[in-house]
Amino acid sequence: MAELKSGRIIKVAGPVVMAEGMIGARMYDVVRVGAENLIGEIVELRGERASIQVYEDTVGIGPGEEVVNTGAPLSVELGPGLIESIYDGIQRPLDQLVEAQGEYIKRGSAIPGLRRETKWHFKPTVDNGSEVVAGDVVGEVQESTLVNHKIMVPAGAAGKVDGLKEGDYTVDEVIGGVTKADGSKTTELKLMQKWPVRRPRLVKQRLNPNKVLITGQRVIDAFFPIARGGTACVPGPFGTGKTVVQHQLAKWVDADVVVYVGCGERGNEMTDVLREFPELIDPHSGQPLMKRVVLLANTSDMPVAAREASVYTGITIAEYYRDMGYSVALMADSTSRWAEAMREISTRLEEMPAEEGYPAYLGARIASFYERAGRVVCAGSPEREGALSVIGAVSPPGGDLSDTVVQATLHVVKVFWSLQARLAQQRHFPAIDWLTSYSFYKQHLADSFEDKQMGKEFSEMVQQAMTLLEQESQLIEIVRLVGAESISAQDRMALETSKSIREDFLHQNAFHKVDTFTPVEKQYELLKLILHFHQAGLTAIDNGIDTSEIFKLPVREDIARASYIDNDKTEQVIAIKESIDEQVKGLYAVVTG
Amino acid sequence: MLKEYKTVSEISGPLMMVEGVDNAKYGHIVDIELADGSMRHGQILQVDGDKVMVQVFEGTEGIDVSGTTVRFLGKPMELAVSPDILGRVFTGTGVPKDDGPPIIPKMKLNINGNPINPYARDYPNEFIQTGISTIDGLNPLVRGQKLPIFSGAGLPHDEITAQLARQALVRGKGESFAVVFAAMGITFEAAQFFINDLTNTGAIERAVLFINLANDPAIERISTPRVALTAAEYLAFEEDMHVLVILNDMTNYCEALREISAARKEVPGRRGYPGYLYTDLATIYERAGRIKGKKGSITMVPVLTMPEDDKTHPVPDLTGYITEGQIIMSRSLHRKAISPPVDVLPSLSRLKDKGIGPDKTREDHASLYNQLYACYARGKEAQELATILGEAALSEEDQKYMRFANEFESRYISQGYYENRDIMETLDLGWELLSMFDDVELKRIDKEMIDKYMPKFRNK
Repeated sequence: MAELKSGRIIKVAGPVVMAEGMIGARMYDVVRVGAENLIGEIVELRGERASIQVYEDTVGIGPGEEVVNTGAPLSVELGPGLIESIYDGIQRPLDQLVEAQGEYIKRGSAIPGLRRETKWHFKPTVDNGSEVVAGDVVGEVQESTLVNHKIMVPAGAAGKVDGLKEGDYTVDEVIGGVTKADGSKTTELKLMQKWPVRRPRLVKQRLNPNKVLITGQRVIDAFFPIARGGTACVPGPFGTGKTVVQHQLAKWVDADVVVYVGCGERGNEMTDVLREFPELIDPHSGQPLMKRVVLLANTSDMPVAAREASVYTGITIAEYYRDMGYSVALMADSTSRWAEAMREISTRLEEMPAEEGYPAYLGARIASFYERAGRVVCAGSPEREGALSVIGAVSPPGGDLSDTVVQATLHVVKVFWSLQARLAQQRHFPAIDWLTSYSFYKQHLADSFEDKQMGKEFSEMVQQAMTLLEQESQLIEIVRLVGAESISAQDRMALETSKSIREDFLHQNAFHKVDTFTPVEKQYELLKLILHFHQAGLTAIDNGIDTSEIFKLPVREDIARASYIDNDKTEQVIAIKESIDEQVKGLYAVVTG
Repeated sequence: MLKEYKTVSEISGPLMMVEGVDNAKYGHIVDIELADGSMRHGQILQVDGDKVMVQVFEGTEGIDVSGTTVRFLGKPMELAVSPDILGRVFTGTGVPKDDGPPIIPKMKLNINGNPINPYARDYPNEFIQTGISTIDGLNPLVRGQKLPIFSGAGLPHDEITAQLARQALVRGKGESFAVVFAAMGITFEAAQFFINDLTNTGAIERAVLFINLANDPAIERISTPRVALTAAEYLAFEEDMHVLVILNDMTNYCEALREISAARKEVPGRRGYPGYLYTDLATIYERAGRIKGKKGSITMVPVLTMPEDDKTHPVPDLTGYITEGQIIMSRSLHRKAISPPVDVLPSLSRLKDKGIGPDKTREDHASLYNQLYACYARGKEAQELATILGEAALSEEDQKYMRFANEFESRYISQGYYENRDIMETLDLGWELLSMFDDVELKRIDKEMIDKYMPKFRNK
């Protein structure tokens, strides 16, 4: 390999800088640009000329200034301290930037991703002298009350481990070493390791997802579930609640670690997350939610190249926790902004554009990003299984689903939650359209119940509800044209039940303290209630009772409010069933009496 | 000593190439002296070796390749600020335009600003009373929010922005308030209407105006919102004022941006707008907000006219993705002489839940607007149905909802541009309108709230 040499800038056009004399440079090497040491990455090489995308504002940069090659690709620091942090797109800690530079983000900062001064208590889990390979867990650090951070042997090291001792260490102190069998090479072990963001981390084996990721969102869990290790996308025009859906998932999903990437979105939204998450309590563990969250915020006004990198930074961190054997969920809001960042860089590189000006490699990049999700057997021992689920929001222009980014995403994801402006306008939230959305993971739903019989029944009920909704979509047209009187009583009952499914089950209030999260067992009871009423109604119709009498029953009010009953008081939900039976029976009494 | 260059090699559209330049930096500004001694200004868009591409703010008319002198000033564009800018009128690039004295700068600020660190932001949660029921009652505005008005040609967005500037206040607080108005390519009449309105109410004393009229150079519009926001940031975060920024009209801004992009022969995105339009707009809109530990705030109301009232046009579309909601004007309400003609159903304030409630407005506010919204949506459907089938064919229930929708439009939405409704008045009006329904029909409101607030409007 040629020796690395510094080059000189010859051209500046927005976030792209061209430099010559970059001897020994490789694609995706990180460079420091100009007198202010701006961080950049090489994205094109022609001889000794390198095109560099710069992660910071390039105003004031000009030809002649030096470009220093660090010789390493863009990497993240992985180790204790990631949890509860908030980073920009290239893992600079935003909280520490405020301390160092004030309220505005200025250029040329070099604060490392992990705090160097914090001491972590390390406990070895293997004996000195044992044989280890890359990925093996050698010890652990209690990173937060919720996350037990496994310290793993970095890639490339193998042999006998020694020097491990329980104690307090900072992330860059040596905690031990791994020596090759022939003694030729010793790799130092630290609490921290580095990994290039654009390369997927290594795993032993990939597996198919086999379990549903419970989110507490009724329309998602019951109708369009996502699997542990699965992929989903949420496209929708603005104002349909993409971000609320993403926030709800980040809050309530039953994953061990959540990585939230705010990619080119609003600053105030990130502030909302920062303010709200520490106050919220995780229903699974009773601990503040923040204790399992890593946040990345590259808001829309922050440099566009760093936005391009932010999803990779996020997914690398997520993979790292997956490698410890955890179930990790990554939310990226919004991947359209990421695609636009690619387009902007591509335009500046004067590449030949494909559709809508996006680069021709857009589809490939999106696909390989989502492919980093999955359920895996982690590398190394002890044998452990991890899962990384990826949920990407897409913001198609004008809500048009034929948009390039939406289509490229739909090619790869297995779950599609289609947000509709029409539903949002009716204030039906989450505005996920039950007719056009889909999920390929439905078959795993039954298994997420402790009681398998209940799970099986739930799947059947969901199917029945879906059929009713489908029926509704056809009936509603007829009713529009000829009026409700002209259809049969049974059809009227179906319409009324569908309405109840929509309003009392699918509709969920994210801002209500109980309704915001519904455990699957309660979802089962709620849906059962609605369908029970449907059945009771149909029987009553068969016995000659007028539908208007059935629709007027006061118990319907109880059904409507059932989702607001405390989650640990499902018996109250079940009790409504008895009121249904009673009140419907009351109707018979009137008829016969 | 600044070097002068007479090496202009190429002029095309708003762009000019200068060759043989040493040490030019991206984003810096230049002075251009024409052969006849007149001065123009420009900004460096690209540096390629010793070739520099400059965008000329005042347009390239009359510039020639041989007699023009270019001076590189070695700094980005700056705005001189001091508290004296209040009450003054400037051009779109920040040069005084009225008869007042030059500004003696307290500081000079780069007009491009810097992104606010999300960690340093303070969350917007103070309710601003605008006195307009459709905003206060249904889509409340909060301090630090950016809430655009989506309008169309021939709709009264000037009246509604003037009303906002006149009436907006935070209840129960006597804090210093300022208005920054940036006009981009609007007509003399529209600008004058706004200025007169501010003058009549005395608000001009605490206003700063940046005016780029329809006949002013289009390229100058690129810097107008940035200059205005620099002034706003100064007033908000250095002088502790609460600033309302009105940007009118962003569609013209985007067209200027498109002109530059086309001249640079960039690959166009939708409708010829550049692919980076989203990022560019974000660097403007995201300058609104509050900062922890600072007293002031920037609340932004950009106005944009949607070509053919098309919400999916790139300008409103990308704006909607960045701003925290939108207020949409309705042509059909305007035709019915309902003013301000705010189209309630598609309008949205994303931060509304943060600014209302027991300590801020009233405990019933959230459930009340949900209910009003739901009833009006239902009523609108009935209205549409009635136009197809005739009113007589509607069910009794649909007729009731239609009556509600009509009442709602004529009493709640309609208030005129000079009525300043207190929020309590707006809330009570909501209850009064809902009183035509039975309690059980009001599904979105808790029983206790109904029992507490409804009785005084029943049996009236």
